[in-house]
Amino acid sequence: MSMVDEPLYPIAVLIDELKNDDIQLRLNSIRRLSTIARALGEERTRKELIPFLSENNDDDDEVLLAMAEELGVFIPYVGGVEHANVLLPPLETLCTVEETCVRDKAVESLCRIGSQMRESDLVDWFVPLVKRLAGGEWFTARVSACGLFHIAYPSASETLKAELRSVFSQLCQDDMPMVRRAAASNLGKFAATVEAAHLKTDIMQIFEDLTQDDQDSVRLLAVEGCASLGKLLKPEDCVAHILPVIVNFSQDKSWRVRYMVANQLYELCEAVGPEPTKTELVPAYVRLLRDNEAEVRIAAAGKVTKFSRILSPELAIQHILPCVKELSSDSSQHVRSALASVIMGMAPVLGKDATIEQLLPIFLSLLKDEFPDVRLNIISKLDQVNQVIGIDLLSQSLLPAIVELAEDRHWRVRLAIIEYIPLLASQLGVGFFDDKLGALCMQWLQDKVYSIRDAAANNLKRLAEEFGPDWAMQHIVPQVLDMIKNPHYLYRMTVLRAISLLAPVMGSEITCSKLLPVVITASKDRVPNIKFNVAKVLQSLIPIVDHSVVDKSIRPCLVDLAEDPDVDVRYFANQALQSIDQVMMTS
Amino acid sequence: MSEMNGGEVSPLEWKFSQVFGERTAGEEVQEVDIISAIEFDKSGDHLATGDRGGRVVLFERTDNKEHGGNRRELEKTDYALNRHPEFRYKTEFQSHEPEFDYLKSLEIEEKINKIRWCQTANGALFLLSTNDKTIKYWKVQEKKIKKVAEMSMEPSKATGNGIVATPSVTSTPKPHLTNGFTDKSYTSLSNDLLFPPGGIPSLRLPVVTSNETNLVARCRRVYAHAHDYHINSISNNSDGETFISADDLRINLWNLEISNQSFNIVDVKPTNMEDLTEVITSAEFHPTHCHTLAYSSSKGSIRLIDLRQSALCDKHSKLFEEPEAPGSRSFFTEIIASISDIKFGREGRYLLSRDYMTLKLWDINMDSGPVSTFQVHEYLRPKLCDLYENDSIFDKFECCLSGDSQRVATGSYSNLFRVFGCQSGSTEATTLEASKNPMRRQVQTPSRPSRSLSSITRAVRRGGDSTSVDANGNSFDFTTKLLHLAWHPTENSIACAAANSLYMYYA
Repeated sequence: MSMVDEPLYPIAVLIDELKNDDIQLRLNSIRRLSTIARALGEERTRKELIPFLSENNDDDDEVLLAMAEELGVFIPYVGGVEHANVLLPPLETLCTVEETCVRDKAVESLCRIGSQMRESDLVDWFVPLVKRLAGGEWFTARVSACGLFHIAYPSASETLKAELRSVFSQLCQDDMPMVRRAAASNLGKFAATVEAAHLKTDIMQIFEDLTQDDQDSVRLLAVEGCASLGKLLKPEDCVAHILPVIVNFSQDKSWRVRYMVANQLYELCEAVGPEPTKTELVPAYVRLLRDNEAEVRIAAAGKVTKFSRILSPELAIQHILPCVKELSSDSSQHVRSALASVIMGMAPVLGKDATIEQLLPIFLSLLKDEFPDVRLNIISKLDQVNQVIGIDLLSQSLLPAIVELAEDRHWRVRLAIIEYIPLLASQLGVGFFDDKLGALCMQWLQDKVYSIRDAAANNLKRLAEEFGPDWAMQHIVPQVLDMIKNPHYLYRMTVLRAISLLAPVMGSEITCSKLLPVVITASKDRVPNIKFNVAKVLQSLIPIVDHSVVDKSIRPCLVDLAEDPDVDVRYFANQALQSIDQVMMTS
Repeated sequence: MSEMNGGEVSPLEWKFSQVFGERTAGEEVQEVDIISAIEFDKSGDHLATGDRGGRVVLFERTDNKEHGGNRRELEKTDYALNRHPEFRYKTEFQSHEPEFDYLKSLEIEEKINKIRWCQTANGALFLLSTNDKTIKYWKVQEKKIKKVAEMSMEPSKATGNGIVATPSVTSTPKPHLTNGFTDKSYTSLSNDLLFPPGGIPSLRLPVVTSNETNLVARCRRVYAHAHDYHINSISNNSDGETFISADDLRINLWNLEISNQSFNIVDVKPTNMEDLTEVITSAEFHPTHCHTLAYSSSKGSIRLIDLRQSALCDKHSKLFEEPEAPGSRSFFTEIIASISDIKFGREGRYLLSRDYMTLKLWDINMDSGPVSTFQVHEYLRPKLCDLYENDSIFDKFECCLSGDSQRVATGSYSNLFRVFGCQSGSTEATTLEASKNPMRRQVQTPSRPSRSLSSITRAVRRGGDSTSVDANGNSFDFTTKLLHLAWHPTENSIACAAANSLYMYYA
C-alpha cells in the first residue's frame, strides 16, 4: 500500500481499474495497457504486469479480446525483441479460450510477435508453445495451434521440422472437425514455408487426406487450399496432383463443395497453365455452369467474365458463350441476376463483332427480364456497354426497360433505378434524356413513398450538376416550381426539399429570381409543416444569396414566421434568424 | 446389424435411483415448475431440464467423479459393484422470459421446448435452449470470485484486511476531481506523457485473491426472428459448427457463431395456406453424417434429406411411412398417425419414432416399413373419442433409445413409461411408474414364442395387446402424462419428468 503522488493519480486509477467491477472501465484500462507498461518501466512490465495479465484469463471476452490485441504490439514495452518471449505465456492462455474471436486475435498477435523474434528464441520458446497447443486437451488449443506453424517452421532444425510436419498431419486427422477445419484452412500458409521436397510428399499427403474427409465442411476448406497449393507447386506437379482433385471436386456430391470450386476455379487456371486449362478446367467449368443446383450456377455465372479473360477468345466463344446463352434464360432469377451483373465484362474479351453478334441478343433479353434485379444489374453496368458497342444499338430496348423499372410496384426497385439516372443521363446524353426520361424524373417527385420523393429531389440536383444550370433552368426548375400548387402538402414539401438542394447548384442569381419567391410565398401556407420547412429552407439559402437579399426578403419572412401560432414554426424560424445574425456578425 | 442380433438378453430390472423436486402429498403443482425438456449430454456426465417457467436446471454426475481416474477402466473394474449413475443439482438459470411480439400481437411463452448440449471446451458447458421463437446459446462455467486485496489508490481506507473492488474504486473519481483533475485530463492521459526510464516505483498493480468459485451461466448468442411458427426441435450437426431449428413449416440451418443469419433448408409451406395438409413435427440431424437429417410430419411420415443434394431440400432422399392397414380407417386415424418425436440411435442406423399409439423402430436402409412396432397403450384405443374430447389426443410424447440401441422407451398416461427390447427375439416390454416404486404397476409381460428371424423385416406388434393392463383397477389419469424422458448415453439409466418432478431409474 503506498501513497501515490498527485500527478500519478490518473495512471494509478488506470492500473486499479484493471480489476474494476465495471467492464467498461476494465476495457478502458486494457486499451491503455501500453501507458501502464511505460509507467511501470520495462523490467516491472516483464516481471509484474505480464504475469499479472497471464492470470487474468477468465475475464469477459471483450476484455480478453482487447488484451490479445494489445499484447500483439507490446514488444517495445517489455524491452525489445530480446525479451519478446515473455509475451508468449499470456497469449498462449488466450489461445485456449472458447470464444473464437479471442483465439483468432491471440493467434494473430502471436504470429506478429513470432515474426519479429530472433531465430534462437523461436526455437526455444515459440516452437515448444506450438507443440503444447497442438497437444492440448481441449480442441480450442489445437485449433489455435494450426495457425502458428508457418511462423514456427522456418527457424526449426531439420529434426524439429520433421516433427512439426508430423504434428500438423496429426491435427489434420484430429477427432474434432473444428480442428481439421482449422488445419485445412491453414494448410496453404504452412505449405508456403515447407521445402519443395517435403511439399510433394508430406504436404500433398495431408492435402489428399483432407480432400477425402467425411465432413463436407472440411472438404470445403480443402478446396480453398487448392489454389494456394497450386501456386506453390511447379506446373507439372500441379497438373499431376491438384488438377485431378479439383476435377473430382467439381463433381462432388455436395453442392457446397461444387459451389466453392465454381468460385475458385479461375484462380487455378494460371497455376496449371494453358493446355490443361483447355482440356480439363474448361470442361469442368462448363459442367458447373450447367449444374443442377442453382446456387452453384449462381457462383459459376458470377465468374464468367473472370474465367473468359484467362481464355483465348476462340475458347470463350466456343465453350463459354453457349452456356452464357443458356444461363440468360435460366429458371432461377438469381442466376440470371448474377450473370447480368458481370456479363458486360465479357465484351472486351470477345471483341466487337462477337459482342454485337452474340452478346447483344443476350444482353437485350436480360434487359427484358421479368425480374427487376436482372434489369437493374444490366443498367448499372451501362458505362461498360457504351465503351464497346455504343449506346445507340441499345437505346431502343433501354427505354422501355427503364420506364418499366421506374413504374415498378416495389419502391426499392424504383429507388434503385433513380440512383442510376445520373449515370444513364451521362451515357445517353442530353438529347435522349430530354425526350424520354425528363418526364419520369418529375413523376417521381410525386411518388407515394417518401424515400422515392427524397431520392427524386436528390436526382434533380445531380442532373443539374451533370447538365449545368442553363439546362436545369429550362428543363427542371419551371416544372418543379409549378408543383408548389399541388393540393397535397407532402408534395409541396418535396418541392421545398428540391429547392434547397438545387439552390447551391443554380447559384445566387437564379435562386434569388426564381426559387426564393416561391419559398416566400410558401411561408403563407396553411399547413404548419410547410411553414417550418420554409424556415429551414430559408436558413439553407442564407449563405447562397447576398446580404441585401437576406435583409430584404428572408429576414422579414422569418420574422413573420417567428410569430406563428405553431410552436415548431416559431422554433425553426428563430433558429434561422439566429444563423442570420451569426452570418451578419462574422462578415 | 451387430446391435440387433446379440444373444438372448434378459429383461432389465429397473430400480429407483433418485428424484428431484418430489411432490409431497396434496401439494399443488405450479404450472411454471412443470418440466418441458430433458437432455443428457454426450458423455452422460450432465443432465439438463427445462421447464415452463423458462428455467434450465443442470445436474452433474457424482458417482464416478471422486475416482478421478480413467472412467472407461473404472467402468470395467467396477462393473460388479453395479454402480449406477447418480446426479446432483449443479446450477440453474433463467433461459427465457415471457415476451410480447408487438408486430403480431402475440404473447411468446417462456416455456423451454428443447435443450441440446453442444461441445464442451475448457471445462465450460455449452447448450442451446429454445422456446417457441428464440434459440439461445448458453455457456456455463466456473468463475473465480475475485477480491481485490491491494490497490495503488486508497491510502486512507486501506486497512489491510482486503477491500472489495467495488466500494474503493467507485469512490476514486471523486478524490481526483477534487484534487483538480478534470475528467478530460484523466482520459486524455496521453501517450507522449514522459515516464522515467525505469518506470515509477510507487505504482502498484492490484493484488487479487480468489479462493472461491461459483457457476455462472452466460447467454452467448441469441438466434431470433427466424421462425414464423412455433419451434418444435433443435438439433446439432456432427460438424460441431451448425445446428437446425424446425417449426411447423420450415427448417432453418444456423452456424453457432452467427446469430443474425440462417438458411432455410426445408420449406413445406404451400403457396395457399388453405392447401396445408401436413406440418413438420420434429427434426433431427444424423449423429455422424453431417449431411443427413430426418424430419417427421403430422401425417406419420419421416423424411430423410441429404443436404448435399441442393440448397433448398424440397425433395427427400428417403421416405419412411407405413401404409395404412385397409379397412381400419376411422376419424382418428390421421390424428393418431402424427409423429410427436423422432430420435436417431447412437450409430445412426436406426431411427425411432413415436406416434400417439405406438413406437416404431426404422432401419434407415429399409424404407418399406418399420423393423419393429411397439404398442404403447393399446388399451386406450376404445377411448380415443374421450381423448379427443379432452384434447389429450394431441399430447406430444417423446421417445428415446438406449446407448446400445437395444432398447427403446417412451411415456404414457398415469405417469407410466414403457421400455421395450428391440433385439430380434426380445419380448421385453416393461411398464414403469414414475414414482419411488417403479414396478408397482408392473404388468406381467405376455410370454410369446420368439419370432423366427425371417419376421424381422415385418412390423411386429407386441407388448401391449392385453386390455387387462389396468391391473389395479385404477382408472387412468389423463392429466398425469409422462411426456419427456431421456436415456443415459452409455448406461441403462433413464431420466423422466412427471409434472415438476424428475425421476431417475437404473437397471
